[in-house]
Amino acid sequence: MREIEYREALREAVIEEMDRDPKVFLVGEDIGVYGGAFRVYKGLLDKYGPDRVVNTPISEIAIIGAGIGAALTGYRPISEIMFIDFATLAMDQIVNQAAKIRYMTGDSLNVPLVIRTQGGAGRGVAAQHSQSLEAWFYHVPGLKVVMPATPYDAKGLLKTAVREDNPVMFIEQKMIYLNKGEVPEEEYLIPFGKADIKKEGSDVTIFAYSAMVFEALKAAEQLEKEGISCEVFDPRTLVPLDEEALIESVKKTSRLVVVSEACQRGSIASDISAKVTDAAFEWLDAPIKVVAGLNTPIPYNSTLEKASTPDKKDIIDAVKGLL
Amino acid sequence: MSKLKKQEKISMLRTLLTIRKFEEKTIQLYQTAKIWGYLHPYLGQEAVAVGSCAAIEKDDYIVSTHRGHGHCIAKGGDLNKMMAELLGKSTGYCKGRGGSMHIADTELGILGANGIVGGGIPISVGAGFSCKFDKKGRVTICYFGDGASNNGVFHESLNMASIFKLPIIYICENNLYGISMCSKDSVACKNIGDRASAYAMPGYVIDGSDPEEVYKTVSGAVEHARKGNGPSLIEAQAYRFTGHHPNDPAEYREKQEVEYHKTEKDPVHNYSKKLADEKIIGSEELEAMEKEIQKMVDSSVEFAEKSPEPELDKFLEEVKNI
Ligand SMILES: Cc1ncc(C[n+]2csc(CCOP(=O)(O)OP(=O)(O)O)c2C)c(N)n1
Repeated sequence: MREIEYREALREAVIEEMDRDPKVFLVGEDIGVYGGAFRVYKGLLDKYGPDRVVNTPISEIAIIGAGIGAALTGYRPISEIMFIDFATLAMDQIVNQAAKIRYMTGDSLNVPLVIRTQGGAGRGVAAQHSQSLEAWFYHVPGLKVVMPATPYDAKGLLKTAVREDNPVMFIEQKMIYLNKGEVPEEEYLIPFGKADIKKEGSDVTIFAYSAMVFEALKAAEQLEKEGISCEVFDPRTLVPLDEEALIESVKKTSRLVVVSEACQRGSIASDISAKVTDAAFEWLDAPIKVVAGLNTPIPYNSTLEKASTPDKKDIIDAVKGLL
Repeated sequence: MSKLKKQEKISMLRTLLTIRKFEEKTIQLYQTAKIWGYLHPYLGQEAVAVGSCAAIEKDDYIVSTHRGHGHCIAKGGDLNKMMAELLGKSTGYCKGRGGSMHIADTELGILGANGIVGGGIPISVGAGFSCKFDKKGRVTICYFGDGASNNGVFHESLNMASIFKLPIIYICENNLYGISMCSKDSVACKNIGDRASAYAMPGYVIDGSDPEEVYKTVSGAVEHARKGNGPSLIEAQAYRFTGHHPNDPAEYREKQEVEYHKTEKDPVHNYSKKLADEKIIGSEELEAMEKEIQKMVDSSVEFAEKSPEPELDKFLEEVKNI
């Protein structure tokens, strides 16, 4: 099969959806000639023109608000927030408005809005450009949270997100845009709430999402050589979460390591751990181990930055600690 | 407002040159991967920082931006500590934690650069309250870009600063672009300075490539603020000579436009020439000054390179208390 970059996979999804549905349009900062900070939209202004590729001033509140208002009135916008760190500026629109409008209005209005953004550390861009804030959105009832790791997942899930009738936080990771992976030429969609086992195994389940999937796979590969068989479980969407498949996997392996780049306090990882404890306690042969980022603003210095997020070695240590 | 003395003019030229050479060096270091992350050069905008900081005192405050090296140098920042920070060293302004976008120096009243566009504008309101409450006649200069003036925080802050008559000088550095969007397209009114009228404060639109014009206008606004008359908004027009960051090819700009500004509106070149024409500085003196500054910049790199990295063990210990 052909291999394409993560960002190309996203671009293909956008093009296919824009071609399919004239109501889909893009709105965000520097998405015109510049093609977006990570060049996901390269060439789209030429292809679709300024009415469907709306290049905006630096106005995060209005970027989300424009998405909500257009969504309420028949369009299917994709609003882009360049860094998830800047979503903090637009939290009213995301949390109080987008997430709740459908519920509050007794289902009479709905908000088919995709908010594309990216987070994570690894590029030396320090504390205000490296955060993993997905738990903020995971916490808010009314938002879907999607965090694809591979080009294949990114494309199939973005297409589904555009067709979803409720607001979706589509969160990418800045270090994986150039990663290549197999993506078929023919159209496909990936449903929300369906996990993907990235590697099968029998001794320990490693739950990991977004860029951490790759650290988990590297850890699993090394552990395999040492005779430890790990299953790498990628939920792909955190809301909705494929709990059934996760419990299934834990029943098989009886051990669980939960990995997250985000720091542990108040994290999705801790919540996953609580959920599995609740649902599958009797199947567990060891306590669940969470491997998370350190509880620190992300430092600039590269040694400190590396130390502040989990890597292959941390995962290997955690797995070994359970056996 | 006093007229600039000869010595003050020479001092402004020296600071212009210092910023210029410091920034040229940081770009080199970025391209050789000694500096990483984001770096937003101030080349082309030097006169704004220099003219405005010359109009305030050491104990006045400034609030800076992601493109903040020039502000820091003009307010008296230590080149060694700046360079060490850019190299992520423990001797840097932020102990290597912050990098280019977060440099601060409380002793010099530098309340920090910022990675969030417009993030410093509301903070200036609080610094303005401090200045007002303390009754020592202090003022705050708040720098931000044309792009930031389209963000909600700008409007909330200027309105609040105005109703409470806070001693703040808002300096919008209009370098014509956010990242790629031209301010002619992103700003609804003709001049950003015109926005002052919405907040009932004086507004100015000036040539930000001329340090004396900046000095003159800011001095007036500082006097206005110190007298208790409240804030002003100054739009200083100055071009950024590089892309948004060193790796940005800036294809969204016309070559001609870039060339025009680099040849006609280079603040460093023009001011050197002006002082030479006015016989304030001779060519030998200028050459000597440039050499001396280059040496200072080079030795800041040496200092930074020799400085120790932050200690990992200490970091892991500190994290427990966050
Ligand atoms: C709230 C926020 N939105 C977007 C960005 C990304 N960003 C960084 S610099 C920049 C352009 C800023 O333009 P301007 O305010 O004119 O300052 P300049 O870069 O021209 O000095 C953008 C969009 C950011 N850092 N913060």
